Amino acid sequence: MVLSDFTFVGILILVAVLLPIVGLGLAWLIRPKKPNPIKQSTYECGIETIGDTWVQFKAQYYIYALVFVVFDIEAVFLLPWAVAYHQLPLYALVEAVILIAILVLALVYTWRKGALRWS
Amino acid sequence: MDAIVLWLTSLFPQMAVPTARLIVHIVYAAILSFVAPVVLVVAFTYMERKVIARIQDRVGPNRAGPLGMLQGFADAIKMLTKEDITPAGADRIVYNLAPGLAVIGVVLVFAVLPVAPGVIGTDLSIGILYVVAVGGIGTMAVLMAGWSSNNKYALLSAFRVVAQLVAYEIPMVIAIIIVVLTAGSMRMGDIIAAQNVPFLFTLPVAFFIFFVANIAEIGRSPFDLLEAESEIIAGFHVEYSGMKFAFFFIGEYMHLFVSAGIATTLFLGGWRGPGASEASILGALLGFVYFLAKTVLLIFAMMWVRGTFPRFRIDHLLDFGWKFLVPVGLLTLVAVALVLKLPFLSSPVLQWVGLLVANVAVIVVALAAVSLAARRTRSVALRSVAGAER
Repeated sequence: MVLSDFTFVGILILVAVLLPIVGLGLAWLIRPKKPNPIKQSTYECGIETIGDTWVQFKAQYYIYALVFVVFDIEAVFLLPWAVAYHQLPLYALVEAVILIAILVLALVYTWRKGALRWS
Repeated sequence: MDAIVLWLTSLFPQMAVPTARLIVHIVYAAILSFVAPVVLVVAFTYMERKVIARIQDRVGPNRAGPLGMLQGFADAIKMLTKEDITPAGADRIVYNLAPGLAVIGVVLVFAVLPVAPGVIGTDLSIGILYVVAVGGIGTMAVLMAGWSSNNKYALLSAFRVVAQLVAYEIPMVIAIIIVVLTAGSMRMGDIIAAQNVPFLFTLPVAFFIFFVANIAEIGRSPFDLLEAESEIIAGFHVEYSGMKFAFFFIGEYMHLFVSAGIATTLFLGGWRGPGASEASILGALLGFVYFLAKTVLLIFAMMWVRGTFPRFRIDHLLDFGWKFLVPVGLLTLVAVALVLKLPFLSSPVLQWVGLLVANVAVIVVALAAVSLAARRTRSVALRSVAGAER
């Protein structure tokens, strides 16, 4: 029964995949095809590209990603709690507050450390 | 949907119910993935251009067709006939997959969007969680496009996308948790059924957080750093042309509609309104009209925001997400959970009032904290805004 709820999602994926295929196919039929090296060069406002594009990037992104993962896991824990909340006794509230408090501590710590400062 | 299945089986008595359901599902899927993109993109690009033009004291498109209404079709034909250019150093497989994924990811969200009483692709028990999960595909498409184009501006845009969407996904999920907490279910049908008073009036803070985070998730102005024209040309789709560019465009406008639709479902009571019911065709149509009206109202609000706010700087944007929306969201979550468990708020009316009071209290606390921070800051301009320099 639970699985049959997802049949529509499956059908929709199969049909939705057709949209880009049909669209790009149609465009492929009627569009001009005259490639040349100038056209295909990288567009950087008319200036010749210098160096490699795929560079290393700031470690700052890594810290943001870490904080994100922590909060995403928190969301995963809180969603089932939220669904069942009306049936739960009062200590469910206390438990959730403790969980959120731990996370807020983590947020305050990263904030104080300056990890959320974009420099 | 069930009514249509019943009607089909009564029209063709030899047809089994599963077959009829399959046919209805396929037709609905085809409508969502072929009719909806065309209609939505043409309608909302026209609306957006007219609204922005009016805000900027211009007329907007007025040449193609009456009042310029055929402008969208003209643009579509232009896109179809433009040459497709792939930059020389691009990662071809990823480069070609990205536009398709951008559209598919958004179309999939439509599966759980209740557009009218009884008309929903599938009312999943994890409906709203599915929306968040599938929403991630669009982000990935943008990242793929930025990375594979072999263009430094596109790559910069891809980095910004990651930072921005990561910062605003959290407040959005917290706002969703607040709604789920109040409704007691993740199923779209149950969330609508729980809104005898729309959550907009009982949970205004959650609505504000969801609305702002949604604008950031779509990447619209003032959060359009991923395609800031003055800084990184066009962002992740610099190198795309013709139909592939069009697919990013279609994806963006469908995303605009679907997130306004989800916001309508979560906070404005979805298709609910006087006379809307699942029982009759008229009631269902009426529900569809209510849903469209509320959604278009929200979209208009987003266009209004776009027309009147200047673009954020990247550090301000991240600060606003992490240091304002996330703490305020968590505070609201705790306050709402507390109000729902208070024993003396037994009747629904008392509970609504309690929720509203809790939300207002959170707003007051948040604004006081911001004002305090502004008074203490080293920035002279901020201090004078906060009234500390007098």
